[in-house]
Amino acid sequence: MGNILLKNIENPNSAELCEYRKSGGYAGLQKALGMEPKAIIDEVKKAGLRGRGGAGFPVAMKWTFASADPKFPKYLLCNADEGEPGTFKDRPILEKNPHILIEGMTISGYALGAEYGYIYLRGEYPAAKDILNKAIKQAYEDNLLGDNILGKGVKFHLAVHQGAGAYICGEETALIESLEGDKGQPRIKPPFPVNVGAFAKPTVVNNVETLSNLPYIMEIGGEAYAKIGSPDCPGPKIYCISGHVARPGVYELPMGTPLREIIETHCGGIKGGGRLKAVIPGGISTPVLPPDKIDCPMDFVNMPKHGSMLGSGAVIVMDDTVCMVKVCHRALKFFEHESCGKCTPCREGTGWLRSILGRIEQGEGNEGDIDLLLSVAGNMIGKTFCPLGDGAASVVQNFIKHFRPEFEEHVRLKACPVGK
Amino acid sequence: MITFSQTTIKEIEEIRRKYPTSRAALLPALYVAQREFGWLSPEAYTAVSDLLGVPEAIARGVGTFYAMYRNKPLGRHVVQLCTNVSCMILGAERLVDFLKNKYGLEPGGTTADGRFSLVIMECIGACGTAPAMLVNDDFYENLTEKYIDEILEKYR
Repeated sequence: MGNILLKNIENPNSAELCEYRKSGGYAGLQKALGMEPKAIIDEVKKAGLRGRGGAGFPVAMKWTFASADPKFPKYLLCNADEGEPGTFKDRPILEKNPHILIEGMTISGYALGAEYGYIYLRGEYPAAKDILNKAIKQAYEDNLLGDNILGKGVKFHLAVHQGAGAYICGEETALIESLEGDKGQPRIKPPFPVNVGAFAKPTVVNNVETLSNLPYIMEIGGEAYAKIGSPDCPGPKIYCISGHVARPGVYELPMGTPLREIIETHCGGIKGGGRLKAVIPGGISTPVLPPDKIDCPMDFVNMPKHGSMLGSGAVIVMDDTVCMVKVCHRALKFFEHESCGKCTPCREGTGWLRSILGRIEQGEGNEGDIDLLLSVAGNMIGKTFCPLGDGAASVVQNFIKHFRPEFEEHVRLKACPVGK
Repeated sequence: MITFSQTTIKEIEEIRRKYPTSRAALLPALYVAQREFGWLSPEAYTAVSDLLGVPEAIARGVGTFYAMYRNKPLGRHVVQLCTNVSCMILGAERLVDFLKNKYGLEPGGTTADGRFSLVIMECIGACGTAPAMLVNDDFYENLTEKYIDEILEKYR
């Protein structure tokens, strides 16, 4: 499979409209505007496209809900708040292939009946902001955005909204709050954004990578697209691999590529001949896996059967020099910092987990601390407002599940045993 | 009392037109205020609040919720070093120590000459080229002590 989403990114001018058009760009939009909106949603359904932000929700279903709601106007929001630690898969699209996203959003906007779109871009990507704004300007100039796109009477307006450094805004209702000019604190659901979203109107929130699939689905049709990768959740997937591998980076591969193949074949195995100790397969919130559990297809359907989740496809590979207590502690420091403070189990729970892990790591852990961690985590799971609290608690549960002896040794020795 | 320049007022009015409500222009307007005044002083909040017709308490609530708004004056150049897991396992903590020992730069602190401030970041999306940092708006990746020396030399 050649690159679809990351096509031409080695070309230094890949972000330019003329270069994008040279390689067939905006043909998908041209085709889509000749179709009925409902026919586009049907193609997306046939394609079996699932949201690439982490949850893997069927895209056509979300769209159907929003398009069926009679309220007007509707909004299409692109979630470009890529903040899950370990994730850097959307950045190459945003910086090197912005027109594939703009084209994908325009197709989606037309299918949904949304006339306004925003790209909610994380504040930490200042270069992407300038690149996107330039690409949007080019698209307006070439009548690919505006009130009468390609002379077909279709209206779609697009703007970039820059976030300001809050992981929680990757959660769709927090993202909407932030777009509306508020603190990024999640809303209770229902109502769901597809009915009451941005500015109280029907709103679809889709990830950058998800929306960037649209031009290709239009080009080859849903049925042909569904033949790529896993039958249960087809398409190309951008995996991003960091940590102790020989060749870290982004790899666009068929959805469902086995984790072992990603690490050993594509990334050249463990750097410097070290030994694999642990893999976080889908960004820091997803359950850690030990080395004997990496023979699993990396997709939304199969990963849960193997004890983890695809998440964002952000693979963090750790060799045997890495202390699991330290990684778990660092992860909880992150969750404590990013908890929005709205609900008690998450606000308090993340702080207590971080504090207990900190003392274990410092060699000041008490007997019973590991069970205490599990007790706190157990009291968070399923009791928080949004998945941030669940993620934090499950990180602790899974590190202990797979590496309990290492935690116990920290408590017993009052020191870190790793590498000694 | 500080006020926005006429050019900035125009800029914010243009931003305002991108949204169906004034309130939605709050995040971008705070960025503009931060750029214009260097940080979000109480007066800066008043200026934003007056211009958008958003209550000052709301503006402050938002400005203190998000990590990238500066609620105190910072140095001329802001070093934003990631220490999250992918950067940590490839040596980011050593770089924090290096900045402290060589430049007197503590996390959250500013050098005595006001040249640099250091902000510890939570994942900046450069995990495949870790450890990484931003200096102001510029990305730097695959950092080493020697490379940091070379980079910081460029920022006077």
